[in-house]
Amino acid sequence: MLEYTDKIREIAARLLKEGTVEMVIGFRKGTVPMMNEPCFVTDAGDVDRLIWDGNCGVNLANYLMDRKEKIGIVAKGCDARNIVTHIVENKIDRDQLFIIGVPCTGMIDRRKVAAAVDGEILEVSEDGHNVSVRGQGFEKVLNRQEVLQQNCSLCIHRNPVISDELVAEEVPEQQGVDRYADVRRIEAMDPEEKWNFFDDLLSECIRCYACRNACPLCYCPTCFVDESRPQWVGKSQDPIDVRTFHFLRAYHCAGRCTDCGACERACPVGINMRVFTKKLEKDCLEKFGWEAGLTTDARPPLDTFRPDDPDDFIK
Amino acid sequence: MEHMGIEPGRIQFSWVSSAESTKFVQVVKEVTETVKALGPNTHFVKHEAKVA
Repeated sequence: MLEYTDKIREIAARLLKEGTVEMVIGFRKGTVPMMNEPCFVTDAGDVDRLIWDGNCGVNLANYLMDRKEKIGIVAKGCDARNIVTHIVENKIDRDQLFIIGVPCTGMIDRRKVAAAVDGEILEVSEDGHNVSVRGQGFEKVLNRQEVLQQNCSLCIHRNPVISDELVAEEVPEQQGVDRYADVRRIEAMDPEEKWNFFDDLLSECIRCYACRNACPLCYCPTCFVDESRPQWVGKSQDPIDVRTFHFLRAYHCAGRCTDCGACERACPVGINMRVFTKKLEKDCLEKFGWEAGLTTDARPPLDTFRPDDPDDFIK
Repeated sequence: MEHMGIEPGRIQFSWVSSAESTKFVQVVKEVTETVKALGPNTHFVKHEAKVA
Protein backbone atom coordinates (compact mmCIF):
# COMPACT_ATOMS: atom_id res chain seq x y z
CA MET A 1 0.00 0.00 0.00
CA LEU A 2 2.95 2.27 0.76
CA GLU A 3 4.17 2.11 -2.82
CA TYR A 4 0.67 3.08 -4.02
CA THR A 5 0.79 6.15 -1.79
CA ASP A 6 4.21 7.20 -3.09
CA LYS A 7 3.15 6.75 -6.67
CA ILE A 8 -0.11 8.67 -6.17
CA ARG A 9 1.81 11.58 -4.62
CA GLU A 10 4.35 11.51 -7.42
CA ILE A 11 1.68 11.59 -10.14
CA ALA A 12 -0.38 14.23 -8.33
CA ALA A 13 2.64 16.50 -7.87
CA ARG A 14 3.57 16.15 -11.52
CA LEU A 15 0.03 16.88 -12.76
CA LEU A 16 -0.32 19.95 -10.57
CA LYS A 17 3.15 21.28 -11.40
CA GLU A 18 2.68 20.85 -15.11
CA GLY A 19 -0.78 22.36 -14.92
CA THR A 20 -2.42 19.31 -16.49
CA VAL A 21 -5.09 19.52 -13.81
CA GLU A 22 -6.21 22.18 -11.37
CA MET A 23 -7.16 19.80 -8.62
CA VAL A 24 -6.45 16.24 -7.57
CA ILE A 25 -9.08 14.31 -5.67
CA GLY A 26 -7.74 11.55 -3.46
CA PHE A 27 -7.76 10.39 0.13
CA ARG A 28 -6.14 11.62 3.29
CA LYS A 29 -5.87 9.99 6.67
CA GLY A 30 -9.03 10.34 8.73
CA THR A 31 -9.12 11.55 12.30
CA VAL A 32 -10.23 8.13 13.55
CA PRO A 33 -8.80 4.78 12.41
CA MET A 34 -10.23 3.16 9.27
CA MET A 35 -12.05 6.32 8.21
CA ASN A 36 -10.06 7.95 5.43
CA GLU A 37 -11.53 11.13 4.03
CA PRO A 38 -11.73 12.56 0.55
CA CYS A 39 -9.02 15.14 0.01
CA PHE A 40 -8.85 17.89 -2.59
CA VAL A 41 -5.33 19.01 -3.44
CA THR A 42 -4.78 22.11 -5.55
CA ASP A 43 -1.15 22.84 -4.73
CA ALA A 44 1.76 20.56 -5.65
CA GLY A 45 3.26 21.28 -2.22
CA ASP A 46 0.32 19.62 -0.49
CA VAL A 47 0.47 16.22 -2.17
CA ASP A 48 1.94 14.64 0.95
CA ARG A 49 -1.53 14.71 2.43
CA LEU A 50 -2.59 12.04 -0.04
CA ILE A 51 -2.48 8.43 1.05
CA TRP A 52 -3.73 5.02 0.00
CA ASP A 53 -4.67 1.98 2.03
CA GLY A 54 -7.58 -0.38 2.58
CA ASN A 55 -9.82 2.28 4.08
CA CYS A 56 -10.43 4.29 0.94
CA GLY A 57 -13.89 2.87 0.37
CA VAL A 58 -15.61 6.23 -0.19
CA ASN A 59 -16.51 6.53 -3.86
CA LEU A 60 -14.68 9.59 -5.18
CA ALA A 61 -16.76 9.71 -8.37
CA ASN A 62 -19.30 11.39 -6.11
CA TYR A 63 -17.27 14.62 -6.21
CA LEU A 64 -17.12 15.03 -9.97
CA MET A 65 -20.62 16.00 -10.98
CA ASP A 66 -20.89 19.19 -13.01
CA ARG A 67 -17.35 20.34 -12.16
CA LYS A 68 -15.90 22.77 -14.66
CA GLU A 69 -12.17 22.54 -14.00
CA LYS A 70 -9.67 19.90 -15.03
CA ILE A 71 -9.46 17.25 -12.36
CA GLY A 72 -7.09 14.45 -11.51
CA ILE A 73 -8.91 11.75 -9.67
CA VAL A 74 -7.68 8.68 -7.84
CA ALA A 75 -9.92 5.80 -8.88
CA LYS A 76 -10.11 2.16 -7.89
CA GLY A 77 -12.11 -0.33 -9.97
CA CYS A 78 -15.58 0.68 -8.83
CA ASP A 79 -14.80 4.43 -8.82
CA ALA A 80 -13.65 4.12 -12.42
CA ARG A 81 -16.89 2.39 -13.35
CA ASN A 82 -18.85 5.19 -11.70
CA ILE A 83 -16.76 7.74 -13.58
CA VAL A 84 -17.72 5.94 -16.80
CA THR A 85 -21.37 6.16 -15.73
CA HIS A 86 -20.94 9.91 -15.14
CA ILE A 87 -19.39 10.35 -18.58
CA VAL A 88 -22.23 8.38 -20.20
CA GLU A 89 -24.78 10.48 -18.29
CA ASN A 90 -23.03 13.74 -19.25
CA LYS A 91 -22.21 14.72 -15.69
CA ILE A 92 -18.55 15.23 -16.55
CA ASP A 93 -16.48 15.36 -19.70
CA ARG A 94 -13.81 12.71 -20.27
CA ASP A 95 -11.39 15.43 -21.45
CA GLN A 96 -11.63 17.17 -18.09
CA LEU A 97 -10.33 14.14 -16.27
CA PHE A 98 -6.96 12.64 -15.60
CA ILE A 99 -7.74 9.31 -14.00
CA ILE A 100 -5.09 7.93 -11.68
CA GLY A 101 -6.05 4.26 -11.70
CA VAL A 102 -5.53 2.16 -8.61
CA PRO A 103 -5.63 -1.62 -9.01
CA CYS A 104 -7.61 -2.51 -5.92
CA THR A 105 -7.34 -5.48 -3.60
CA GLY A 106 -10.52 -4.72 -1.73
CA MET A 107 -11.48 -2.37 1.05
CA ILE A 108 -11.54 -3.21 4.74
CA ASP A 109 -14.89 -3.40 6.48
CA ARG A 110 -14.38 -1.41 9.67
CA ARG A 111 -17.34 -3.15 11.31
CA LYS A 112 -15.79 -6.57 10.80
CA VAL A 113 -12.52 -5.33 12.30
CA ALA A 114 -14.31 -3.74 15.25
CA ALA A 115 -16.26 -6.95 15.84
CA ALA A 116 -13.06 -9.01 15.89
CA VAL A 117 -11.55 -7.15 18.84
CA ASP A 118 -12.65 -5.97 22.27
CA GLY A 119 -12.17 -2.33 23.12
CA GLU A 120 -11.47 0.83 21.25
CA ILE A 121 -9.22 0.59 18.21
CA LEU A 122 -6.45 3.17 18.18
CA GLU A 123 -4.42 2.17 15.17
CA VAL A 124 -4.86 -0.07 12.16
CA SER A 125 -2.12 -0.89 9.73
CA GLU A 126 -1.88 -3.44 6.96
CA ASP A 127 0.44 -5.25 4.63
CA GLY A 128 -0.57 -7.34 1.64
CA HIS A 129 -2.20 -10.14 3.61
CA ASN A 130 -2.74 -9.02 7.16
CA VAL A 131 -4.37 -6.23 9.07
CA SER A 132 -2.82 -5.33 12.41
CA VAL A 133 -5.11 -3.75 14.94
CA ARG A 134 -3.80 -1.98 18.03
CA GLY A 135 -5.82 -0.60 20.90
CA GLN A 136 -5.55 0.02 24.61
CA GLY A 137 -4.01 -3.14 25.98
CA PHE A 138 -4.44 -5.34 22.93
CA GLU A 139 -2.89 -6.06 19.60
CA LYS A 140 -4.29 -8.43 17.03
CA VAL A 141 -3.44 -9.51 13.51
CA LEU A 142 -6.34 -10.34 11.21
CA ASN A 143 -6.41 -11.98 7.81
CA ARG A 144 -7.10 -9.20 5.33
CA GLN A 145 -9.30 -11.38 3.12
CA GLU A 146 -11.60 -12.10 6.05
CA VAL A 147 -12.26 -8.47 6.93
CA LEU A 148 -12.97 -7.19 3.43
CA GLN A 149 -16.24 -5.45 2.66
CA GLN A 150 -18.68 -8.00 1.28
CA ASN A 151 -18.97 -6.23 -2.07
CA CYS A 152 -15.16 -6.26 -2.36
CA SER A 153 -14.90 -9.97 -1.72
CA LEU A 154 -17.47 -10.49 -4.51
CA CYS A 155 -15.84 -7.99 -6.89
CA ILE A 156 -14.70 -9.05 -10.36
CA HIS A 157 -13.66 -5.60 -11.59
CA ARG A 158 -10.79 -4.67 -9.32
CA ASN A 159 -8.77 -2.93 -12.00
CA PRO A 160 -9.97 0.46 -13.24
CA VAL A 161 -11.84 0.13 -16.55
CA ILE A 162 -10.50 3.50 -17.70
CA SER A 163 -7.43 5.33 -16.53
CA ASP A 164 -4.73 7.64 -17.84
CA GLU A 165 -2.05 6.21 -15.63
CA LEU A 166 -1.95 3.25 -13.27
CA VAL A 167 -0.13 3.47 -9.95
CA ALA A 168 0.91 -0.18 -10.17
CA GLU A 169 0.63 -3.31 -12.27
CA GLU A 170 -2.91 -4.59 -12.63
CA VAL A 171 -3.96 -7.06 -9.96
CA PRO A 172 -5.40 -10.45 -10.97
CA GLU A 173 -9.21 -10.40 -11.09
CA GLN A 174 -11.01 -12.83 -8.81
CA GLN A 175 -12.25 -15.91 -10.61
CA GLY A 176 -15.26 -18.10 -9.92
CA VAL A 177 -16.94 -15.70 -7.50
CA ASP A 178 -20.59 -16.40 -6.77
CA ARG A 179 -21.81 -12.82 -6.74
CA TYR A 180 -25.52 -13.40 -6.33
CA ALA A 181 -25.82 -16.04 -3.64
CA ASP A 182 -27.57 -13.54 -1.34
CA VAL A 183 -30.07 -12.52 -4.01
CA ARG A 184 -30.89 -16.13 -4.83
CA ARG A 185 -31.50 -16.84 -1.17
CA ILE A 186 -34.14 -14.10 -1.09
CA GLU A 187 -35.62 -15.17 -4.43
CA ALA A 188 -36.20 -18.63 -3.02
CA MET A 189 -38.33 -17.30 -0.15
CA ASP A 190 -42.13 -17.16 -0.31
CA PRO A 191 -43.79 -13.72 -0.43
CA GLU A 192 -44.44 -13.52 3.30
CA GLU A 193 -40.87 -14.49 4.15
CA LYS A 194 -39.59 -11.89 1.70
CA TRP A 195 -41.76 -9.22 3.22
CA ASN A 196 -40.58 -10.07 6.71
CA PHE A 197 -36.96 -10.27 5.61
CA PHE A 198 -37.02 -6.69 4.33
CA ASP A 199 -39.05 -5.51 7.32
CA ASP A 200 -36.34 -6.87 9.55
CA LEU A 201 -33.54 -5.52 7.35
CA LEU A 202 -34.88 -1.98 7.39
CA SER A 203 -36.16 -1.89 10.96
CA GLU A 204 -33.07 -0.01 12.13
CA CYS A 205 -33.21 2.66 9.43
CA ILE A 206 -33.33 6.21 10.79
CA ARG A 207 -33.68 7.80 7.35
CA CYS A 208 -30.58 9.91 7.66
CA TYR A 209 -30.07 9.48 3.90
CA ALA A 210 -26.35 8.83 4.36
CA CYS A 211 -26.64 6.02 1.79
CA ARG A 212 -28.08 8.42 -0.74
CA ASN A 213 -25.49 11.09 -0.05
CA ALA A 214 -22.59 8.66 -0.32
CA CYS A 215 -23.89 7.29 -3.60
CA PRO A 216 -22.33 8.73 -6.77
CA LEU A 217 -25.53 7.91 -8.67
CA CYS A 218 -27.72 10.03 -6.43
CA TYR A 219 -27.12 13.44 -7.91
CA CYS A 220 -30.66 14.70 -8.57
CA PRO A 221 -30.87 18.41 -7.67
CA THR A 222 -33.91 17.57 -5.55
CA CYS A 223 -34.21 13.99 -4.41
CA PHE A 224 -37.71 12.48 -4.57
CA VAL A 225 -37.70 12.11 -0.79
CA ASP A 226 -37.05 15.81 -0.27
CA GLU A 227 -39.69 16.91 -2.72
CA SER A 228 -42.83 18.19 -1.02
CA ARG A 229 -44.84 19.38 -4.01
CA PRO A 230 -45.89 16.76 -4.81
CA GLN A 231 -44.82 14.66 -1.90
CA TRP A 232 -44.00 11.31 -3.45
CA VAL A 233 -43.19 9.49 -0.27
CA GLY A 234 -44.02 9.97 3.40
CA LYS A 235 -41.25 11.49 5.45
CA SER A 236 -41.96 9.58 8.62
CA GLN A 237 -40.22 6.56 10.05
CA ASP A 238 -43.23 4.43 9.37
CA PRO A 239 -41.96 1.09 8.02
CA ILE A 240 -43.91 1.62 4.79
CA ASP A 241 -42.27 5.01 4.19
CA VAL A 242 -38.84 3.63 5.00
CA ARG A 243 -39.36 0.74 2.62
CA THR A 244 -40.67 3.02 -0.13
CA PHE A 245 -37.57 5.18 0.16
CA HIS A 246 -35.20 2.23 -0.05
CA PHE A 247 -36.75 0.38 -2.93
CA LEU A 248 -37.41 3.51 -4.98
CA ARG A 249 -33.83 4.64 -4.50
CA ALA A 250 -32.68 1.22 -5.64
CA TYR A 251 -34.80 1.51 -8.77
CA HIS A 252 -33.17 4.83 -9.56
CA CYS A 253 -29.86 2.98 -9.54
CA ALA A 254 -31.01 0.15 -11.82
CA GLY A 255 -28.48 -0.51 -14.56
CA ARG A 256 -26.19 2.12 -13.03
CA CYS A 257 -25.09 0.65 -9.72
CA THR A 258 -21.55 -0.73 -9.68
CA ASP A 259 -21.90 -2.27 -6.23
CA CYS A 260 -19.16 -0.02 -4.86
CA GLY A 261 -20.61 -0.45 -1.38
CA ALA A 262 -20.52 3.27 -0.51
CA CYS A 263 -24.14 3.14 0.71
CA GLU A 264 -23.59 0.27 3.09
CA ARG A 265 -20.31 1.75 4.26
CA ALA A 266 -21.94 5.08 5.04
CA CYS A 267 -24.88 3.62 6.94
CA PRO A 268 -24.60 4.53 10.64
CA VAL A 269 -26.67 1.53 11.70
CA GLY A 270 -25.12 -0.99 9.33
CA ILE A 271 -28.02 -1.85 7.06
CA ASN A 272 -27.04 -3.88 4.02
CA MET A 273 -29.23 -2.01 1.53
CA ARG A 274 -27.12 -3.51 -1.24
CA VAL A 275 -29.55 -6.45 -1.34
CA PHE A 276 -31.93 -4.13 -3.23
CA THR A 277 -29.42 -2.87 -5.80
CA LYS A 278 -27.87 -6.30 -6.09
CA LYS A 279 -31.14 -7.80 -7.28
CA LEU A 280 -31.46 -5.12 -9.97
CA GLU A 281 -27.85 -5.64 -10.94
CA LYS A 282 -28.50 -9.36 -11.33
CA ASP A 283 -31.62 -8.74 -13.42
CA CYS A 284 -29.75 -6.32 -15.67
CA LEU A 285 -27.04 -8.89 -16.22
CA GLU A 286 -29.40 -11.77 -16.87
CA LYS A 287 -31.99 -9.96 -18.98
CA PHE A 288 -29.89 -7.38 -20.81
CA GLY A 289 -26.35 -8.74 -20.51
CA TRP A 290 -25.44 -5.42 -18.95
CA GLU A 291 -22.95 -4.48 -16.30
CA ALA A 292 -22.78 -0.81 -15.39
CA GLY A 293 -19.80 1.37 -16.13
CA LEU A 294 -17.66 -0.93 -18.24
CA THR A 295 -17.58 1.18 -21.40
CA THR A 296 -18.36 4.68 -22.58
CA ASP A 297 -19.41 3.33 -25.99
CA ALA A 298 -22.68 1.65 -25.06
CA ARG A 299 -25.94 3.14 -23.83
CA PRO A 300 -27.43 1.69 -20.64
CA PRO A 301 -30.41 -0.68 -20.99
CA LEU A 302 -32.86 1.82 -19.50
CA ASP A 303 -32.34 4.36 -22.25
CA THR A 304 -32.25 2.02 -25.23
CA PHE A 305 -34.92 -0.01 -26.90
CA ARG A 306 -34.24 -3.28 -28.62
CA PRO A 307 -37.02 -5.29 -30.24
CA ASP A 308 -35.73 -8.38 -28.46
CA ASP A 309 -35.89 -6.83 -24.99
CA PRO A 310 -37.47 -9.37 -22.62
CA ASP A 311 -41.19 -8.63 -22.22
CA ASP A 312 -42.69 -11.81 -20.76
CA PHE A 313 -44.18 -9.80 -17.92
CA ILE A 314 -46.48 -7.87 -20.28
CA LYS A 315 -49.67 -9.77 -20.83
CA MET B 1 -41.92 -5.57 -6.12
CA GLU B 2 -42.33 -9.33 -6.04
CA HIS B 3 -38.75 -9.57 -4.85
CA MET B 4 -39.78 -7.50 -1.87
CA GLY B 5 -42.71 -9.65 -0.87
CA ILE B 6 -45.69 -8.49 -2.93
CA GLU B 7 -47.56 -11.64 -4.04
CA PRO B 8 -47.03 -12.67 -7.66
CA GLY B 9 -50.09 -11.64 -9.67
CA ARG B 10 -50.99 -8.58 -7.64
CA ILE B 11 -49.09 -6.37 -10.02
CA GLN B 12 -49.70 -6.96 -13.68
CA PHE B 13 -48.59 -5.24 -16.83
CA SER B 14 -50.47 -5.21 -20.07
CA TRP B 15 -50.43 -3.37 -23.35
CA VAL B 16 -53.84 -2.78 -24.88
CA SER B 17 -54.50 -0.67 -27.95
CA SER B 18 -57.52 1.64 -27.92
CA ALA B 19 -58.87 -0.52 -30.75
CA GLU B 20 -58.68 -3.72 -28.71
CA SER B 21 -61.80 -3.45 -26.60
CA THR B 22 -62.27 -7.19 -26.24
CA LYS B 23 -58.71 -7.62 -25.05
CA PHE B 24 -59.26 -4.81 -22.55
CA VAL B 25 -62.34 -6.51 -21.13
CA GLN B 26 -60.51 -9.80 -20.90
CA VAL B 27 -57.49 -8.28 -19.19
CA VAL B 28 -59.68 -6.47 -16.65
CA LYS B 29 -61.54 -9.71 -15.89
CA GLU B 30 -58.33 -11.65 -15.44
CA VAL B 31 -56.75 -9.01 -13.22
CA THR B 32 -59.78 -8.71 -10.96
CA GLU B 33 -60.06 -12.47 -10.66
CA THR B 34 -56.39 -12.91 -9.75
CA VAL B 35 -56.44 -10.09 -7.24
CA LYS B 36 -59.71 -11.28 -5.67
CA ALA B 37 -58.21 -14.73 -5.30
CA LEU B 38 -55.23 -13.21 -3.48
CA GLY B 39 -57.50 -11.31 -1.10
CA PRO B 40 -57.00 -7.83 0.32
CA ASN B 41 -53.51 -6.40 0.25
CA THR B 42 -52.06 -6.23 3.73
CA HIS B 43 -48.71 -4.78 2.73
CA PHE B 44 -48.02 -1.18 1.83
CA VAL B 45 -50.98 -0.11 3.91
CA LYS B 46 -50.41 2.56 6.51
CA HIS B 47 -52.92 2.03 9.27
CA GLU B 48 -51.73 4.70 11.59
CA ALA B 49 -48.71 6.93 11.31
CA LYS B 50 -46.01 5.72 13.64
CA VAL B 51 -44.78 8.44 15.90
CA ALA B 52 -41.09 8.30 16.60
